[in-house]
Amino acid sequence: MGADSRSRYFSECRWGLGIAMVMRLAACRGIPQAYVVVSLGVMPRRVDAWPLDFTDIPIPSCFILTRRDSVMAIEKHSTPMLDQLETGPWPSFISGIKRLRDEHPEPRINEMTNDLLGQLEHSYETRKGYWKGGTVSVFGYGGGIIPRFSEVGKAFPKSKEFHTLRVQPPAGNHYSTGMLRQLADSWEKWGSGLVTFHGQTGNIMFIGTDTKNTQHFFDEINEYGWDLGGAGPCVRTAMSCVGAARCEMSCTNELKAHRSLVNNFVDDVHRPALPYKFKFKVSGCANDCQNAIERSDFAVLGTWRDDMKVDQAEVKHYIADKGRQYYIDNVITRCPTQALSLTDDNTLVVNNRDCVRCMHCLNVMPKALHPGDDKGVTILIGGKRTLKIGDLMGTVVVPFKKLETEEDYESLVELAETIIDFWAENGLEHERCGEMIERIGLANFLDGIGIEPDPNMLSHPRQSSYIRLDGWDEAAEAWFERQAEAGK
Amino acid sequence: MADMREPIESGCPDPWQYMHPMMRKNFGQWKYHEHPRPGVLLHVAYSGDKIWTVKAGTQRILDVFTLRKLCDIGDQFAEGYVHFTLRSNIEYMVTDEAKVQPLIDALEGAGFVVGGTQNSVAMISHTQGWLHCDIPGTDASGVVKSMMDELIDEFRNANMPNRVHITTSCCQINCGGQGDIAINIQHTKPPKINHDLVANVCERPSVVARCPVAAIRPAMVNGKPSLEVDERKCICCGACYPPCPPMQINDAEHSKLAIWVGGNHSNARGKPTFQKLVAAGIPNNPPRWPEATAIVKRILKAYKEGARDWERVNEWIERIGWPRFFEEVELPFTKYHIDTWRGARASFNSSSYIRF
Repeated sequence: MGADSRSRYFSECRWGLGIAMVMRLAACRGIPQAYVVVSLGVMPRRVDAWPLDFTDIPIPSCFILTRRDSVMAIEKHSTPMLDQLETGPWPSFISGIKRLRDEHPEPRINEMTNDLLGQLEHSYETRKGYWKGGTVSVFGYGGGIIPRFSEVGKAFPKSKEFHTLRVQPPAGNHYSTGMLRQLADSWEKWGSGLVTFHGQTGNIMFIGTDTKNTQHFFDEINEYGWDLGGAGPCVRTAMSCVGAARCEMSCTNELKAHRSLVNNFVDDVHRPALPYKFKFKVSGCANDCQNAIERSDFAVLGTWRDDMKVDQAEVKHYIADKGRQYYIDNVITRCPTQALSLTDDNTLVVNNRDCVRCMHCLNVMPKALHPGDDKGVTILIGGKRTLKIGDLMGTVVVPFKKLETEEDYESLVELAETIIDFWAENGLEHERCGEMIERIGLANFLDGIGIEPDPNMLSHPRQSSYIRLDGWDEAAEAWFERQAEAGK
Repeated sequence: MADMREPIESGCPDPWQYMHPMMRKNFGQWKYHEHPRPGVLLHVAYSGDKIWTVKAGTQRILDVFTLRKLCDIGDQFAEGYVHFTLRSNIEYMVTDEAKVQPLIDALEGAGFVVGGTQNSVAMISHTQGWLHCDIPGTDASGVVKSMMDELIDEFRNANMPNRVHITTSCCQINCGGQGDIAINIQHTKPPKINHDLVANVCERPSVVARCPVAAIRPAMVNGKPSLEVDERKCICCGACYPPCPPMQINDAEHSKLAIWVGGNHSNARGKPTFQKLVAAGIPNNPPRWPEATAIVKRILKAYKEGARDWERVNEWIERIGWPRFFEEVELPFTKYHIDTWRGARASFNSSSYIRF
């Protein structure tokens, strides 16, 4: 580097970033490594006092050279309201965005986050949002991007396009730090540097990039194993709990159920063509940590059908610890079906025929009580929030299904295909699966997907006599035949 | 088009490659767990293997600096693996108990908050708000930051009768979901229509179909095709606004906050429940929303004092009854609490059960 070019550069001190980070930032900005200057803190502050040949300075490097014209001090928007969110003990997202504005070596990110803060402050002052949707996608897909164009882009031009990429997380949300760093590197190369693990649909949300870089970022991370999630009327990104990876309550392989289901529908994830959204969620037990019953169209919950396991010695340990009264008040009397009793010698007696596998007693006494061995899943269909007919919980459609062999998983996926096909055929525009069931009736839905009615699907049989029963005799006959086939 | 790259439709990645080795080894073989202290879980496998999990709350909207800091902590103390919970907490797993305290110290030292386990007030689940959503009536991250500042001790400890899930939502679509306590936008005035734009921006039949109460109909306004709203029928839900942005529902003054309680996803002890309206007309007051936080704290205080062990908010209210709930949290009961939607009848008391 000659003296002339030297004057076009000056230092951005990035103490504490570490060599690898500095090198990476330099590389992503096309700065030759020789320009990544190395110092132990003795570099003169005045640029014209620097040595002519920067490569003479030995590693470790601590700061990075940047073209002077690209790091013109930006005019920071005043953010008096947002500044108030920097006080208090909880970590502040505003401080994080400001770090990107003030400390990130990439001028594009400084400017983009500055204008983002400017627009957000404007929202705080006027109590209005200023983002509008639009149409942005990547080549080959129709969804997966949440396009955002600013209505006040003239005032905040550097963030006037601020799209989010929804990226599917690994089932169960496990990450290595190495992979998180790789994603962070790619994201600061193409995006704002803001990311959320995870949005309410379960996606990694890479928040903030323009239309062109949406494609670049996707291309880069897609090459190393990441794919977009759903947005719009399509099969959405699925969710599953930590489950068998680290929970003794787990009654199924949540990860396998999750991936078998959603990865069968990649086409329906990427190319929105359904009546409305369709969500899969998998929880390993009835505690339903994934909120599957309320928040998914197709909820898979782990359960078991043989007897709960009781370690009576551990029961006695618990009682010795907290007292008999505690366990009577907090376990025995809290059973929703009164399936428990405690004998005079502190033996826990379980009436397994009455037990509904609610999980409460296992939650209180995890050392003593465990699910049985004959595990499987319950499937509920049609959960959703308010729009348009009001909140719906899912309805039991498959009371129990084994999920062990490959054939079991195949038939699970087939059931999902059957349901989605029926709904795609019969659902109205913007009608969730549960709303369609409400409109056509559960019995018709079951008929449509070829599943026989079962009393487990109801809280209680019908109360209204306003029904024609022309086919009663045949239906009753069919019931007895099915019972006989099942060996009952 | 020739240089366009075909996507690899790989879908949901296999988590096995990113899973802590101890979790891989004992997959499906865990026996029980303990709660050694708030923010820490100990899981023990049938093999005798143990794994400690340390959970921490973050700002959720992470900048890459913060993400790398979380990774540094993971590399230094937790074997290079992390797990994120449904409520956006980060979890670190360690196989050596001696690493637990240094990990906690590192997290707290870096400004993160260790807690959120068992009977705590968990991290508030929230959405995008003014930062990124196209239809928000309020912010999300700001509301949550303000509330967690006040509730941080309840996050750090586990002193509640059972866990408390709080959610926020910036419109009535309620992306935040059901919560023991939910703070949601509730619009109180019909949309204001920019008739000049409707014809060009909105697919009018879809907008008409979107209305839950059939209050929207096509109309010619100033010689242009537009839509009109029967304001006597309109329930101010805002469902027309996403498909038709010229039907602005958000209003600096009239978009209020409402508080709902008793949503519970778990099947434990009872079937899952939806949340119920308890307070409305709360000002949408950035940057700190103090009025909403004050009500949330009153509800939490009453719940903490009044509920029995293991009772979630919905179960506590079911036991003490709604009259006493309104009394204890000092909130008014009005005709607006009486449901009018389909299925409303099921919420009426058709018995002689009255508490005195």
